[in-house]
Amino acid sequence: MNWKLALEIAVTHLVTKKKQSMVAMLGVLFGISMFLVMISFMTGVNQFLEDMAMDNTPHIRIYNPVVVSASTIVRKAAGDSAHDSWFLVYHQRPKDDLPKIKNAQFIASELEKLPQVAGVAPQVTSQVFFNNGPVQIQGSISGIDVKKQQQLFSLDKKMDEGSLDDLLRGSDVIIMGRGLASKVSVKAGDRVSVTTPEGYTLVLKVAGIFSYGISSLDDTKSYATLATVQKILQRDPAYITDLNIKLKDMKSAKAFGAQLKKQLPDVYMEDWEEANASILAGEKIRDIMTAVVSFTLLLVAGFGIYNIMNMNIINKMKDIAILKATGFEGADITAIFLFQSVIIGILGGLLGLLVGFFFSYLLSITPFPEGTFFRISTFPVNFEPLHYTLGVIFGFLTTLFAGYFPSKKASKVDPVKIIRN
Amino acid sequence: MEATNIIKYFNDPEPFEVLKELSFSVGKGEFVAITGKSGCGKSTLLYILSTMDTDFKGELNIRGQRLNGFSQNKLAQFRNEHLGFVFQFHYLLPEFTALKNVMLPALKLGKYSRREIEERAMEKLRMVDMDGFAHKLSSRLSGGQQQRVAIARALVNDPDIIMGDEPTGNLDKANSQKVFEIFRRLAKENQQTIITVTHDTDFAAGTDHIIEMQDGKIIRA
Repeated sequence: MNWKLALEIAVTHLVTKKKQSMVAMLGVLFGISMFLVMISFMTGVNQFLEDMAMDNTPHIRIYNPVVVSASTIVRKAAGDSAHDSWFLVYHQRPKDDLPKIKNAQFIASELEKLPQVAGVAPQVTSQVFFNNGPVQIQGSISGIDVKKQQQLFSLDKKMDEGSLDDLLRGSDVIIMGRGLASKVSVKAGDRVSVTTPEGYTLVLKVAGIFSYGISSLDDTKSYATLATVQKILQRDPAYITDLNIKLKDMKSAKAFGAQLKKQLPDVYMEDWEEANASILAGEKIRDIMTAVVSFTLLLVAGFGIYNIMNMNIINKMKDIAILKATGFEGADITAIFLFQSVIIGILGGLLGLLVGFFFSYLLSITPFPEGTFFRISTFPVNFEPLHYTLGVIFGFLTTLFAGYFPSKKASKVDPVKIIRN
Repeated sequence: MEATNIIKYFNDPEPFEVLKELSFSVGKGEFVAITGKSGCGKSTLLYILSTMDTDFKGELNIRGQRLNGFSQNKLAQFRNEHLGFVFQFHYLLPEFTALKNVMLPALKLGKYSRREIEERAMEKLRMVDMDGFAHKLSSRLSGGQQQRVAIARALVNDPDIIMGDEPTGNLDKANSQKVFEIFRRLAKENQQTIITVTHDTDFAAGTDHIIEMQDGKIIRA
């Protein structure tokens, strides 16, 4: 077989049938560019939702929940050996145990020494009521280590009004979620009265308003310093209810959590995958959708090429016959037509990259419909070199497959039949 | 070239014996015409001799090589190197120039460098008096011109045998005469064997040897 000659003939065919070549190329171009726009946007959405959720989700959260013992209290009645009498306690109540983590500060400092750990933020969280006149609005207040919260959860970036550092200027200061603040009808600078579960009421100064873009958080959460919340709850400075751990590699959270559990058997742990199961499920569905649509687009482009190559070969029957008569082998003929579809595939694929990039870019600067729900100004689009590489490879493979069968058919043309008729 | 006991059936629409145990041989440098009425099997015979039709019984020897049992690829290589074809409908590749059409079989053979092939192709075009049109697209040439380019293409690898299927069937008197003269010269000067199927009695009359066929048999050789 003679590759160079086959390529030369293939190129001549393509160049003389410009219109047909262009149409075939447009098919690939469309398929690849749409594939890119699609996958860039979908992974962008995934990334955005994940970031939004992960910003305030610790990779591992250590806490100490209220537990009711599962075993029943049974005791034999004393001094009554004759009759088999037993005391049985139904409907047990939990002990008045505080949901505090013992030795929390020590655990936190030890954890921070581990190489996998990016940081540990201690927290004191409690349910509270915010008083709006006679109406009590339920919410929660979290005492945080301001510096750590800023460093690990970038809470400072979520501030709409005021600044996170205002929490450190003076005691009895809180920042509130946007939804919560509007329910309680307070603005930055106002005062708000808070009632704890134990019944104490305090007046705090609202230093700022934050919003995560997730209404379930923005409608309930508020933050203050650890010391302030400990004071509201009337607890000692060692009172910590949560340790929020950020790891360097979030994928290792499950394994790391299991390992940690062995060393700290009497606390509970929750990793981000459990906490965000619904977001991860959504991500999976979007991934499947992207794959299905991409596959369909490539299939359609492939069919386009298949059709055009088939037509092309029917039109070129005479040429095939004459080439065979003058000594071209079946493999030469296959190569001639395969080269044509592969050239179409590569050119269409490369142009598809440019067009795909262009439309992805357009989408990425298109303003996102303003809403209170998402903290976002334009459509989320991911520019990932891997996707572009995949696009070219897919384009190449699709055209290779689509071109293979017509080319094989061309190589089987019987020259005698064509020439004699 | 030697053909022995060639039998060929057509199976469509019903089994029909087109060639009935034909045997004959053609020597080097001979100019042979195969004649006969339409449907007598002369073209069928030519395509068997051309190695393109392998579905027959009997034996075919060219250049002392027995070609039965050669694979399709080997036959293609054999055709490329040793056989040249001229058809009734000139069958040039319309996207290529006359020169390129002539060069293609030589490029496929790959025996010479590209420069040499181009020179040889020009030489063949000059031989058929078409060198002035070398760089024209073949689809822009007239029928007679195309046929002469097709002859140049058949000659480019200096084949031992040149086969023609009604090479003048589609040409006027003047062009037919030109084609005939080219064939005549090839046989005489280059000792190339020429086998053509033809209806043209004037054309046949000028050849060395006429094989006349009727109903799948040779009636005069």
